[in-house]
Amino acid sequence: MMSQLTEKLKLTLDYDELTNCMRCGFCIPACPTYRETGLEAASPRGRIALMKAAVDGLMDPDEGKLRDQLNLCLGCRACEIACPSGVKYGHLLEQARDVLEEKVEYPWWIEKIRTLVFRYLFPSQRKLQLLGSLMAFYQRSGLAAAARKLGLLRFLPKQVRDMEAILPKATGKGVVEQLGTIIPAKGEKVATVALFRGCIMDVLFTETNKNTVRLLTEAGCEVIIPSDQNCCGALHAHSGQRNLAKELARKNVEVFYEAGVDYIVSNAGGCGAMLKEYDHLLKDEELGEKAKWFAERVKDISEILIDIAPLKIKGTMNRRVTYQDSCHLRNVMKVSSQPRKLLRQVDQLEYKELFEADRCCGSAGIYNIIQPEMSMSLLDHKMENVSKTKADVIVTANPGCLLQMKLGVHREGLSDQVETVHIVDLIAEAIELEKKMKEEGSGCGCEHHKKEDKSA
Amino acid sequence: MLSTNIKKELISIVGDRYYFDDQEALITHSYDATPMYQSMPDAVIFPGNVEEVSAVMKVCTKYRIPIVARGAGSNLSAGTVPVEGGLVMVMTRMSELEEIDEENLTATFQPGLITKKLHEEVEKRGLFYPPDPGSMVVSTLGGNIAECAGGLRGLKYGTTKDYIIGLEAVLPSGEILKTGGKLTKDVAGYDLTKLLVGSEGTLAMVTKATVKLLPLPEHKRVLLALFDDLYAAARTVSKIISAKIIPSSLEFLDNATIRVVEDYAKIGLPTDMAAVLLIEQDGPEVIVSRDMERIAEICREEKAAEVKLAQSEEEGVQLMTARRSALSALARLRPTTILEDATVPRAQIAPMVEQINKIAKKYGIQICTFGHAGDGNLHPTCMTDARDHEEIERVEKAFEEIFDAAIRLGGTITGEHGVGLAKAPYLEWKIGKTGIEVMKGIKRAFDPHGLMNPGKIFAKETRRRVVLDDVATH
Ligand SMILES: Cc1cc2nc3c(=O)[nH]c(=O)nc-3n(C[C@H](O)[C@H](O)[C@H](O)COP(=O)(O)OP(=O)(O)OC[C@H]3O[C@@H](n4cnc5c(N)ncnc54)[C@H](O)[C@@H]3O)c2cc1C
Ligand code: SF4
Ligand code: SF4
Repeated sequence: MMSQLTEKLKLTLDYDELTNCMRCGFCIPACPTYRETGLEAASPRGRIALMKAAVDGLMDPDEGKLRDQLNLCLGCRACEIACPSGVKYGHLLEQARDVLEEKVEYPWWIEKIRTLVFRYLFPSQRKLQLLGSLMAFYQRSGLAAAARKLGLLRFLPKQVRDMEAILPKATGKGVVEQLGTIIPAKGEKVATVALFRGCIMDVLFTETNKNTVRLLTEAGCEVIIPSDQNCCGALHAHSGQRNLAKELARKNVEVFYEAGVDYIVSNAGGCGAMLKEYDHLLKDEELGEKAKWFAERVKDISEILIDIAPLKIKGTMNRRVTYQDSCHLRNVMKVSSQPRKLLRQVDQLEYKELFEADRCCGSAGIYNIIQPEMSMSLLDHKMENVSKTKADVIVTANPGCLLQMKLGVHREGLSDQVETVHIVDLIAEAIELEKKMKEEGSGCGCEHHKKEDKSA
Repeated sequence: MLSTNIKKELISIVGDRYYFDDQEALITHSYDATPMYQSMPDAVIFPGNVEEVSAVMKVCTKYRIPIVARGAGSNLSAGTVPVEGGLVMVMTRMSELEEIDEENLTATFQPGLITKKLHEEVEKRGLFYPPDPGSMVVSTLGGNIAECAGGLRGLKYGTTKDYIIGLEAVLPSGEILKTGGKLTKDVAGYDLTKLLVGSEGTLAMVTKATVKLLPLPEHKRVLLALFDDLYAAARTVSKIISAKIIPSSLEFLDNATIRVVEDYAKIGLPTDMAAVLLIEQDGPEVIVSRDMERIAEICREEKAAEVKLAQSEEEGVQLMTARRSALSALARLRPTTILEDATVPRAQIAPMVEQINKIAKKYGIQICTFGHAGDGNLHPTCMTDARDHEEIERVEKAFEEIFDAAIRLGGTITGEHGVGLAKAPYLEWKIGKTGIEVMKGIKRAFDPHGLMNPGKIFAKETRRRVVLDDVATH
């Protein structure tokens, strides 16, 4: 008799897509978990074969091996880029996780985190901001220092402790509270764009959101920040909570459609990729057309600043910089040259390409908390390559990757030497520096300095 | 599943991290890149060195367990599908590049090394390893050796067998066999090195190889020629060779492929053309320029509708996109892509392509043909759907006729993918009963108990030759 789970997988998984895989193996060299384990089952081709075997009744999905392998997958989607058949692995992964998730038993603390995060916190920006205020209080009041001193944190799993140490300063006041909902363009208006502020992004990286607005207006965009928008749902979708993801997506589509803008701008690769696939997520729904409208307009901030509304001021900064791709930005949004171009525009900035910048750093949503071992070994490789660049700044374009790189730097004990920043913040700072220099007058010798630097 | 005793013995050799018999390991070693074949092994093992390989082989011989060698599983002849169960031995842990000897111009490596890695490493030193199968980003050199893989550069530079000069291999008995060495000349007895190359894992497990290297050609240039007449394209190929020019690649795309590629990649190929030739020459700049000019002239003499000569290496790479997108474009068309490699003497390319088109029409299936025109190695590729059993039956019949047509035109059933399981029933058509008997004798000498990759190369039953109603006799 067919198990219930097999039946469910049969109904949910796109069998055409499974058959489209011709098992050529071209995706294998791109897969980080294959490289770490050397096991076919931990490769995209292997995972597709396992999903197919489960649907075909060759494999018992209740046994847990399928779920283990799918959980070990980072969802970085590097395999999709390598695939000649155009197999949409990411969609298969989401569909399978959605079915398997119903039956999982996690360790208690992961279970708690999951419920808290997925059902309670993320869907509500208000609750997140409240948490932000609490965190801000914890971080600034001296409580954090006290907790560390008293060793209270030792009850937490190591990976959570490490995270606690590198978390940026939180705030309870998001970008809307600080800047309002409509910010006019500077100079002549080129386009009207809506900012997707993100959920965590707006609590832990409010400055980045503010800088994003600043760069956009500087480039001639009028920025609208619909205040009713909510979390993109990426974490939900990747963790087998597709229904919740859909709920969030519907709301966002309605809200942004209402705003009627030229583009919807994201400054987080993970969110942007999710937003860009809303049309797929909501394809069978009434909202389908609007979702398509929405998905077509989603752009990463670097795409806007390079291709659509080129930034007028380039900025200047005398640092040695390297860039780590955000997997979703690169593999799903297909944005890889624009961030690099932005960085190369900055005067005096020395750009050093990171070997295997296109490889996942192991952050992958909450992967680094649930799969600490794999995540950390990927991070170790990443840090080896980073150290070879001798860069003093690591630039990323997604909050998850940013935190992971911070964690890497922290673990290597390099926090004093290597900085990690979001690309938007770096460009904003460079512009600030340039302005300052101009204000200080041309007699400071910096023009001369610039020339010298360029010829070197 | 192997018995507990055997399992224990095997684990004591490689350690429990490298022995698997769980459901997921068995499923993920039940297939390779060949569509429609799947069969479960009893266990999967990852040896780390030649001693472990030898010890494992001894256990297998003691208990008569079939052994299937596996590299990346990218072969297209079901060569790694464990049809009789047994142990799949994955060689990917043994992937060291041991030496690049710049004095003798050789490289020595373990079989699990990825082909592309070897290319990169030798090219860094200004050296060149020519065999370049389309799968080289994933395939292992062990797999290349076992299949005698070819590639785009086969015409000028030959295939894997032309580069392997020394091997270390383990027999099923566990004995270690060493053949050849860093020598260019060696006629001491039968050429066991060449015999092992292309033996498809049916004789011994390759554990180390030495290849000869060439100096890296200094310069490359590409030309694209479009033809509205298939025969003109084919004549061009022959004429180039008889003008005593051997290009480094001479690739061919037929009309069906051009249409699909253009539809997918939108690179401006005219879809009304009967054939496209993509020609590359490498070597010293003056010679490359001279050859390319002469080739362009020949194309024009044969009334090519258009001849595009790349002005730089980058532009050459762009032109090559057409060829490289062929498989991607075809693979996206329908769920199942069956890529074959019927090969004919190059003068027979046009009749062969016509035969293929006729056969496809007869069976009402879609076949696009592209391939290495320079060496007559064609890839008739069928886009179908494995779930449609009725259609698949027609596809099988069509390929049977295609193989038959290839043999009639003086060709063969496989030019580079190997016989494996998929083409075993047709081998006798090509080599005859005597050929089969001699080969079986060789197999017995290496593998008396028939443990190495059973079911491959030699079929239990041979297909009857189909009789084509009308075969081209050009
Ligand atoms: C998209 C695509 C394009 C391709 N293009 C080409 C091409 O241009 N030219 C070409 O020739 N082929 C091509 N192939 C076929 C395939 O890639 C080659 O046959 C390749 O050599 C297989 O290497 P592998 O490591 O995947 O070997 P596998 O598929 O794992 O094994 C192939 C055979 O070698 C045996 N074997 C593997 N390792 C050893 C060992 N160490 N000792 C003994 N036996 C061993 C196996 O038992 C099996 O019989 C292509 C395949 C695909 C999917
Ligand atoms: S590259 Fe695509 S078709 Fe090939 S094995 Fe991977 S998923 Fe399948
Ligand atoms: S998504 Fe990333 S980790 Fe998962 S199979 Fe693809 S390449 Fe591997």
